[in-house]
Amino acid sequence: MSLLDVFVPILADEHATYWFPPQASTFAKEVDSFFHFLVWLSAIFFFLIVIPMFYFAWKFRARPGYKGDPEALHNTPLEITWTVIPTFIVIYIFVRGTMGYLDMSRPPADTLDIQVVARKWSWQFTYPNGAVSDELHLPVGRPAKMIMRSEELTGIPVLHSLFVPAFRAKADVVPGRFNVMWFQPTLAGKYDLFCTEYCGDNHSRMMTKVYVQEPADYEDWVTKANKPPEEPKLHGEWLYKRQGCKGCHSVDGSKVVGPSFKGTWGKDVPLAGGKGTVAFDENYVLESVKNPQAKARSGYENASAMPSYAGRLKDDQILLIVEYMKSLKD
Amino acid sequence: MSTVVNKPVEIPSYQTSDEKDNFLISTRGFLSWALTLDHKRIGLMYLVGVSAAFLLGGILALMIRAHLFLADGVFLTNQQYNQVFTLHGAVMVFLFIIPSVPAALGNFLLPVMLGAKDVAFPRLNLGSFYLWVTGAIFFIVALFVTGLDTGWTFYTPYSLDSKGPVALATMAVFILGFSSIFTGLNFIVTINTMRPPGMAWFKMPLFLWATYSTSIIQVLATPVLGITVLLLTAERILGIGIFDPQLNGDPVTFQHFFWFYSHPAVYIMILPAMGIISELISVHSHKGIFGYRFIAYSSSRSRCLGSSSGATTCLPAECLTSPQSSLVP
Repeated sequence: MSLLDVFVPILADEHATYWFPPQASTFAKEVDSFFHFLVWLSAIFFFLIVIPMFYFAWKFRARPGYKGDPEALHNTPLEITWTVIPTFIVIYIFVRGTMGYLDMSRPPADTLDIQVVARKWSWQFTYPNGAVSDELHLPVGRPAKMIMRSEELTGIPVLHSLFVPAFRAKADVVPGRFNVMWFQPTLAGKYDLFCTEYCGDNHSRMMTKVYVQEPADYEDWVTKANKPPEEPKLHGEWLYKRQGCKGCHSVDGSKVVGPSFKGTWGKDVPLAGGKGTVAFDENYVLESVKNPQAKARSGYENASAMPSYAGRLKDDQILLIVEYMKSLKD
Repeated sequence: MSTVVNKPVEIPSYQTSDEKDNFLISTRGFLSWALTLDHKRIGLMYLVGVSAAFLLGGILALMIRAHLFLADGVFLTNQQYNQVFTLHGAVMVFLFIIPSVPAALGNFLLPVMLGAKDVAFPRLNLGSFYLWVTGAIFFIVALFVTGLDTGWTFYTPYSLDSKGPVALATMAVFILGFSSIFTGLNFIVTINTMRPPGMAWFKMPLFLWATYSTSIIQVLATPVLGITVLLLTAERILGIGIFDPQLNGDPVTFQHFFWFYSHPAVYIMILPAMGIISELISVHSHKGIFGYRFIAYSSSRSRCLGSSSGATTCLPAECLTSPQSSLVP
């Protein structure tokens, strides 16, 4: 790793250029080539205009003995020329841009369909076999279609936008409808995925990773991801991510919507409305999962935010989540 | 039946034989400025006002850059950062750049360049300045009392859910909109009716062409913004179900309405500046502008196409089924 790589991290990727992340989808070549066309076009016209401007300002400057020509006020052929040529260039830009836009908004048949849920402030991806993850995994070479929706447990769901710079693909996630985008990864690797529509306090942290894998590796991963791990604590974590606990309960002590899972196990926690304390044990977790309103914690008076999970989580699954909570004791 | 004759407003004349006398010093005292109907004084007051707004917006911009000096931020919480960039955008767009050239330079120069004594409606002119002041006060209150965090575009549904003073800020936008409409109306009537004999359309300085086109955009597009922010306030308070997806509203409708104003608004920002450069270069090179008619036509064309391009962002059918974020701004 060179010093330049430290200051310009994108250069650490062998497929990236100084200006751009790797070209990792079928869109990337056309987007980049069109972008470069526009940049060079602008650069050429900039110099075509500015250099003569400075030259004329110097050549026709006021000086003793020089008399300007006050009559040169109009030249129809010249004015038509410099109007008509740019008009055709603009039409070309419009047509090429529209074709690219239409390509991006029309997924081909036989795509890998992935359900995307955007929340304040996390992403969740559900694969055809039912596997759920918070990072996006894709097989290389196969068109993938994102069927995106915005959800909130409480309050109004808001706009988000899914952007993968390496794919040169971006589309809004719009509440009240399923918005669709697609792309076909062409290069295995690990890429960034950002939210690019302002969505509130932690918008800037609403990002995750995309893993483009060889098809066999992807199949491997997606099968494994759908099977719970053997170890109880990891099984609990798997349930925590899959059942949506993650949307409201952090595991690092921070307050999201509900209380964090970290550092509460085995303690006496104060209840809302000064109703004393309760021991944070198996029975309290069981009760709170099935009837969240029964004993709301102090600072979380609005426990109605949480829906009852009675019937959605079996008792043995709740105990697995308890195992996960125990592992977050300190 | 008696006829009521509106007496023309008395415009104090500053044309005296005394060379040391001018519009700045002819009358003195706070009220002589606060109640003035003189276009030059109103223009100067606008200049002071928009400069103060520019300073405020600039300080907010410096706060953004200073905070971003380190990757993890320097001195603001996420929420404060969101409030700072929201106010930076709102102050710069609504308080500074929209009124800057038309209201300040336009007021000062338009009657002078036209050869008229003042604008057509001097009292309306002062009124639109005070509307600007009122709108500015609303924004300042939104800044210091509570945190507005919607971004300057007030996009739904976030602006429906936000705890910030959205109603206060949209009211500011509504009031500032009327300030802008009144100024535009005033300039249109002035240019149409108060040109002296001999000042044909194609004898007008290009700055006036630019100001005329700008004024038409202000009068035609700004009401759409006013309606949009009123609907937003109605949605927040009454839940009428036009933008809120939970009430079967469509949040993208807000974006279409919003850009119906805000796309043409970029021509409110750029056209007067183009007018200025056309005047400056031709004056300082002691030469008539090259292609005068083409420039005059092009400022009118920008106005027509600019207004329609706000509408065309709604047109492609694709837009309704898959709004790509790149399409909207």
